Amino acid sequence: MKILVTVKEVAAVDDEFEIDGLGIDDRYLTYDLNEWDEYAVEEAVQLAEAGEDVEVVTVTVGPEDAEDTIRQALAKGADRAIRVWDDAIAEAGLLDPGTKARLLEAVVAAEDPDLVLSGVQAGDDAFGATGVTLASRLDWEWAAVVNDLELADGVANVHRELEGGVEEITEVDLPAVLTIQTGINDPRYASLRGIRQAQQKELTVQSLADVGLDADVLDSPIEQTDLYEPESEGEATIYEGSADETAADLAELLREKGVAQ
Amino acid sequence: MTVLVVAEHRRGELRDVSLELLSAGRQLADSTGGELHVGVVSGDAEGYAERLNREGVDAIHTVAHGEEFNHDVYTQAVTQLFDAVEPTVLLVPNSVNGLDYAPAVAERLDVPLVTDAVGLAYDDGLTVTREMYGSKVETTLEVDGPQAAVTVRPAEWPKAEGSGDASVESFDAAIDESAVRSTVTGFQEVGGGDIDISDADVLVSVGRGIEEEDNLEIIHDLAEALDATVSASRPIVDNGWLPKDRQVGQSGKVVTPDVYIAIGISGAVQHVAGMKGADTIVAINEDPNAPIFDIADVGIQDDLFDVVPALTEQFS
Repeated sequence: MKILVTVKEVAAVDDEFEIDGLGIDDRYLTYDLNEWDEYAVEEAVQLAEAGEDVEVVTVTVGPEDAEDTIRQALAKGADRAIRVWDDAIAEAGLLDPGTKARLLEAVVAAEDPDLVLSGVQAGDDAFGATGVTLASRLDWEWAAVVNDLELADGVANVHRELEGGVEEITEVDLPAVLTIQTGINDPRYASLRGIRQAQQKELTVQSLADVGLDADVLDSPIEQTDLYEPESEGEATIYEGSADETAADLAELLREKGVAQ
Repeated sequence: MTVLVVAEHRRGELRDVSLELLSAGRQLADSTGGELHVGVVSGDAEGYAERLNREGVDAIHTVAHGEEFNHDVYTQAVTQLFDAVEPTVLLVPNSVNGLDYAPAVAERLDVPLVTDAVGLAYDDGLTVTREMYGSKVETTLEVDGPQAAVTVRPAEWPKAEGSGDASVESFDAAIDESAVRSTVTGFQEVGGGDIDISDADVLVSVGRGIEEEDNLEIIHDLAEALDATVSASRPIVDNGWLPKDRQVGQSGKVVTPDVYIAIGISGAVQHVAGMKGADTIVAINEDPNAPIFDIADVGIQDDLFDVVPALTEQFS
């Protein structure tokens, strides 16, 4: 059995930052493995540990700088990694879910996995649609926002985390793309041995041509035209001063509201 | 142009986001003097159609097929309805279920999809506003092409009101059962413990800013001093530091206490959905740009590890 896990390196923005054109100035960005993907990797590794002869392959659409992050997934137990990138992708505009799904579809066609796990969304652009788009392109089954997973004969038994503390219990035919929600498992820390081994694991870089696609796959119908800081809608009273002073102000307010009376 | 909205229901209840989408759809249709159509699939579609018949709705299409949401049925039904109505824009809730079929519909129709819209405009083409980096910035996206699909963030538009005179017609979708390869077998409520945070008058709520499990002690100390109940945002529960029944937010509980003290919580939209109804919202967070300050009544922009013990001290 082969499980393909989509892995993205995402940027988090510092408290204070500056906008540079249509993006955020790189000095204010910190890059890490997408939180949701961390859970997807862990789920795949746990399935591999519980089963026999299960290979876990990660796939990333991202630049060379993402390789440290990809090695994190390898250190946590993935067997090998594929990174799709070339100059054409680097120069493309927005990689919307449709475009991403086309790139991933080509990798799925070459790798022929039995199951694809992706994160529910990426922490930066948060489209939350690539996994289901990919499933539809492959004519596979899927389930979005999965927080419990068991594989049985030819089916995946999943819980989908709906709003308001309700889970939907669903059976989907395999092969399938499942988008994994945080909290589904307890992601491990990479061991020192894992980190050492990760350096030796195969990380293949593939260009558009390598995966059998033309550059016109990058012609997205969606163009980002602006990026700005939203105006604060807040009307909060902000207490100023030392921690002791602000705590005293807040205590006075809380007493007025009848707290701890 | 015509706008097509797809309603959402679950376990016999029409969900509020459906009525919000009517407002978003009407606003978009108004910009070109177009029509607003609504689709409602499965369950008591006729009954839901009555509730969806609000001011500004021109036509409602009901699809009778099964009771609960099934993404394979929705994907087929909405794709066929789209082909029949030929809307310029399809609007779907940006909900867990919306995101379980809208991408497949858009892919099958080969129309662009933009998710989690917080703003919509139409002038020659569709422009969508959405957020990035956990609400720190907004982006404007221009969508090319004659048709598009958009998922719309809940609680951004008001619920449509008034009563309408829309035509209500049954739409005969041809559902290929062999393409229904998933089965919803049931629902499960997330287990409740001894404490129901939705009953609490005062909540001391903790988020990612607490950094480590051991640090929760200062939160428990404060809650004890204030005679309050401890709740949390998602990361704390995902880490297993507090049980699931303490989680406030979209996928947890909706709470409406007299006082809600958010400590080290950034205020992501999913969290805010669960606590914006609190009478008084207090935010303690080091990041002055944290979105929690947008909805807070009172804020302290300082290190929680200094402020929280000082506040506890005030009540000791």
